[in-house]
Amino acid sequence: MANRRLAPASEQPRDFAFSDENAAWAQGQIEKYPEGRQASAVIPLLWKAQEQNGGWLPQKAIEAVADQLGMPHIRVLEVATFYTMFALEPVGRFWIQLCGTVPCDACGARELKASLQERLGPAGHVSADGNFSWLEVECLGACCNAPMVQINQDYYEDLTPESLNTLLDDLAAGRPVKIGSQTGRTSSEPKDAVDTLTDPTLFDGSRVGAWRKRFEQTRDGEDQDDTAVKKDEAASTESRAKTEAEPAHPQSGRAADSPATDSPTQRATDGKEPIKPEETAKASESETSSEVPQVADQVGAPKPANASERIAEDEKAVEDDLALRTEPPQQPVASGADDAVPEEQDPEKRADAAGTRPEGLSAARDDRPDDLTLIKGIGPVNQRRLNDLGIWHIDQVAGWTTEEIAWIGAYLAFPGRIDRENWVGQAGALAEKKG
Amino acid sequence: MLSDQDRIFTNLYGLHSPDLDAAKKRGAWDGTKFLLHMGRDWVIDEMKGSGLRGRGGAGFPTGLKWSFMPKKSDGRPHYLVVNADESEPGTCKDREIMRHDPHLLIEGCLIASFAMAAHACYIYIRGEYVAEKHALQRAVDEAYAAKLVGKDNVHGYPFDIYVHHGAGAYICGEETALLESLEGKKGMPRLKPPFPANMGLYGCPTTVNNVESIAVAGTILRRGGAWFAGLGGKNNTGTKLFCVSGHVNKPCNVEEVMGITFRELIDKHCGGMRGGWDNLLCSIPGGSSVPLVPADQIIDAKMDFDTLKNLGSGLGTAAVIVLDKSTDIVSAIARISYFYKHESCGQCTPCREGTGWMWRVLNRMAHGRAQKREIDMLLEVTKQIEGHTICALGDAAAWPVQGLIRHFRPEIEKRIDQYSRNPHSEAVPMAAE
Repeated sequence: MANRRLAPASEQPRDFAFSDENAAWAQGQIEKYPEGRQASAVIPLLWKAQEQNGGWLPQKAIEAVADQLGMPHIRVLEVATFYTMFALEPVGRFWIQLCGTVPCDACGARELKASLQERLGPAGHVSADGNFSWLEVECLGACCNAPMVQINQDYYEDLTPESLNTLLDDLAAGRPVKIGSQTGRTSSEPKDAVDTLTDPTLFDGSRVGAWRKRFEQTRDGEDQDDTAVKKDEAASTESRAKTEAEPAHPQSGRAADSPATDSPTQRATDGKEPIKPEETAKASESETSSEVPQVADQVGAPKPANASERIAEDEKAVEDDLALRTEPPQQPVASGADDAVPEEQDPEKRADAAGTRPEGLSAARDDRPDDLTLIKGIGPVNQRRLNDLGIWHIDQVAGWTTEEIAWIGAYLAFPGRIDRENWVGQAGALAEKKG
Repeated sequence: MLSDQDRIFTNLYGLHSPDLDAAKKRGAWDGTKFLLHMGRDWVIDEMKGSGLRGRGGAGFPTGLKWSFMPKKSDGRPHYLVVNADESEPGTCKDREIMRHDPHLLIEGCLIASFAMAAHACYIYIRGEYVAEKHALQRAVDEAYAAKLVGKDNVHGYPFDIYVHHGAGAYICGEETALLESLEGKKGMPRLKPPFPANMGLYGCPTTVNNVESIAVAGTILRRGGAWFAGLGGKNNTGTKLFCVSGHVNKPCNVEEVMGITFRELIDKHCGGMRGGWDNLLCSIPGGSSVPLVPADQIIDAKMDFDTLKNLGSGLGTAAVIVLDKSTDIVSAIARISYFYKHESCGQCTPCREGTGWMWRVLNRMAHGRAQKREIDMLLEVTKQIEGHTICALGDAAAWPVQGLIRHFRPEIEKRIDQYSRNPHSEAVPMAAE
């Protein structure tokens, strides 16, 4: 942790206010964030304040920003002292930040440091003419161009003590300087030896659209349902886009301020009991084993109640997926068709050719169908189609034979996927939990 | 060597214009609407099929991460947050994307947001990258002007994108610290669970992705997950930006296929090892957080997640720091320890106190002013930091030290011997001075 304090009172200006131009800019920043979330703009505003105040941040500016954002002074003071780019004491006209972390260190940052020390004295002091002050900082992220310094806002890279000294002379004398590499590199390419990205077709636009062939081939290979699927898909995306979550700003949804937010602090303010781990465990258990069909609608949203379990489960799915992928991955049409399976002319006939039809029930036992969407891979649409076949219960799915899987796969028009997502295994596990 | 036709970041070196027109010629924003109309599930399936693993260091499968977001909104908006707080020492790839190929990133943001039903995206860019922030903001403005993004854009999916500027804190690269910072607080990591996919920015479902992971999405969807999966090896698919720094003849960023060998990477793109291959001491292959790998093990190793993990290190952000025999390895690792001491947020005691402790001890060891038994004590302390903190910074601080002791214990002992052989008047200080 860096130990950072405000400048002594003798150096603090008496007051601070944004200039008109900066105030307008600040307002624009605040508008980027949802209503009631203007605290998000604290860092950009402090930046501007620092810029306006000649590169360092006085106490009055911190307070002014806090007042503007409706934050307690201490919160903004915390931010100003936490982030190391806020200079809390006066700096020189040119504020030099020397990167001293390993890649630069290995390439000569120590020599630069010695040369700065010799020229400007110890770190953190403004030189007598008020031009320079310097500080060794941590990695500035230009490691392929090590060693480097940042002076005010600009990076100067590929330095040697000599080129750094020349650079400082030029800056002090007000001569123009070259930002970036001081050895003639454009950016981080291998110097004078670029032998990649030389193919002119990358840049003349001739490759634009070439990738569409992939989709056209798919379309030629199969019958017309492709287009039907795509149309369906397109329509559903558009309609979904209309109905689903609104953009953050300006109608931000303000969900975080609504009771939907359930943070420990919120609970504490509301005087509620904190949630115990056992309770969350219980909740997620009851969620997965519930028999009430309405749960289907809720399951979609707060599913990762037990996120670690889900990660493990999904990771396994990915492993299975990778292990099984000896053939090229499924064509987009088949795999994307989860919620919008086209009505085939005669899916049953096609399915009959592929396997045996599983036995169905005429109605759910006790009129209480299971929620099949608990099985990953089955969405509401497929649940309905399975119900139409007389598949109402998870244990029915658990009992499918290979032949029956093939039939269902062909019927739902995604061959192979039932195995890949291991519906039967999932159903078995769910049935066991329930039973 | 990877063919130019298979490179995603075609303007990596900024030799061409980053503007929208030029970017479109290079293939950005090409048929984005068509991709979106293929549907959300298709996008996620295709990303899963590509085998893309997150490029921010942890290597978690990106498609899988996207699928964790709730499928239906419960009334709370969803957010995509792009982690452009690139501060892992050795890493300088996202910078090139943001200033030279920003439209790939913006397009990726739209696609990823669409896949997760997010209508707003924040790009959190590190404070030091001022020029990059301006470059990215310019590209965002261009995209707005061309109605590629915005409430009423040509893709028919309302979407807003904002560039947010940080202020220089390594810890804000940790996803929950980044969210805290974005909310206007100190960047102190949150306890998980709840995970951001459930409760992230402003308490809403949020996914945080690295710049590179997002920026490759458009190209992957266009050319197909199968294309991406066909490059590299199993579980380590696709192309990756490598940032090679340190003692090579021509340090550079380069996009290469995952699993290229260390030797090939250096010989083909970086003008070879400074002073020849015999001069290689060791390499830190994934940014300063991963343990170093000595020369004989790294030299022909494949640069991918699994191989490097098996070598007791990691691919991390693929920031390959190469060190030759002129390096004072103990003080180099001490410098890394200083970095973590400086960047610890101070929230968890093992990290706050431990990082400084390790730095002080290593600093003495660099001069030989230590006892040999302190080497084991140091190792023991690293084990007590590792895994005992909220975020992974504690681990990241411990691993380089463990790597040093694992591979260079004789070097430390040699220095202690040298120091103790020479007469000196000053007493050996205690560990916690």
